[in-house]
Amino acid sequence: MVELALPKNSRMTTGKTWPKPEGATNVRKFKIYRFDPDTGENPRLDVYFLDMDKCGPMILDALIKIKNEIDPTLTFRRSCREGICGSCAMNIDGINTLACIYGLDEVKGDVKIYPLPHMPVVKDLIPDLTHFYAQHASIMPWLETKTNKPAKEWRQSIEDRKKLDGLYECVMCACCSTSCPSYWWNGDRYLGPAALLHAYRWIIDSRDEATGERLDELQDPFKLYRCHTIMNCAKTCPKGLNPALAIAEIKKKMVERTL
Amino acid sequence: MSYKTDMGRVIGLGSAKEGSHDWWISRVTSVALIPLMLCFLWKVAPLIGGTHAEVLTAFQNPFTAITTILFIMISFIHLAGGLQEVIVDYVHGKATLVVLLVSTKLLCWGIGFAGAFAVAKMAFGA
Repeated sequence: MVELALPKNSRMTTGKTWPKPEGATNVRKFKIYRFDPDTGENPRLDVYFLDMDKCGPMILDALIKIKNEIDPTLTFRRSCREGICGSCAMNIDGINTLACIYGLDEVKGDVKIYPLPHMPVVKDLIPDLTHFYAQHASIMPWLETKTNKPAKEWRQSIEDRKKLDGLYECVMCACCSTSCPSYWWNGDRYLGPAALLHAYRWIIDSRDEATGERLDELQDPFKLYRCHTIMNCAKTCPKGLNPALAIAEIKKKMVERTL
Repeated sequence: MSYKTDMGRVIGLGSAKEGSHDWWISRVTSVALIPLMLCFLWKVAPLIGGTHAEVLTAFQNPFTAITTILFIMISFIHLAGGLQEVIVDYVHGKATLVVLLVSTKLLCWGIGFAGAFAVAKMAFGA
């Protein structure tokens, strides 16, 4: 059955409150989820204070400042700091988004930062995305062809290329899948919005010749049809994409080939 | 403990090769219910508070009887599909899942047929 309460070992406890910066006039409070699997303790919420006059404008700037200047044990993923690698996906102020492109000015009051919801936590703000990546790999995210390889390249018209807009931009940050209640309850079998968006990206690629096989694989009550158009995925996507629309298009294709 | 690979876990038992039929039926029945609901409100709802004879006479009109039977049957087909989705979403124990799926299907079909039979009985002059 669906779990309405967190398991005992996942329940939050009050954590450490770090001292305020001395002499600062523009101070902001950060409440950050902490979990260390090596201690065997429950996760806790640590409180940090930052001098905003000496901090960059983004959430990631604040996290890096905390790690560099206050608490080096704070653990999170980050790389590109411009919304293209998808590493710093986390739940900020109740929204799954990328810390590097989410402004501190977009959050009212205290800044609450948690890892992406409903995933196993490796440490602090780092979720275990192993299953998520395997789901992506399972939809064959590459060009499948049967025709002999052309001498130069697989050609695609401008119109056909345009069909990939709004799909190819996905950076696999997992914000959408981990915001989806269907993925929370059935993430072991439901592929989730990110993998399905990628599946659709290859289904409508004019150069691909495995459309039927791709649809056959998705023809399943769990892999595809756990999507109930809740739309959290589209609402939360930090890249402004619409995975729910891509999923709806796959469902239409499923019916289209029977009519 | 299992050494099954991540890909092995995702593939599981493979595609069930079904699912779109249920999805399509859900859409078709929901669209069909729009005019049928309007017919029901137009022909049957005004009978509330009417006498037994008035109700019998109303259902002896073929249009009223047929649209009401369709409304009842399609409503319960739609309900059965909707309940199936909710159960599959939230119930993960296999035994409970099977019991709930079968019992809700039987209940929906049973109530649907009972409703249709009641209308038919009035239509043919009970």
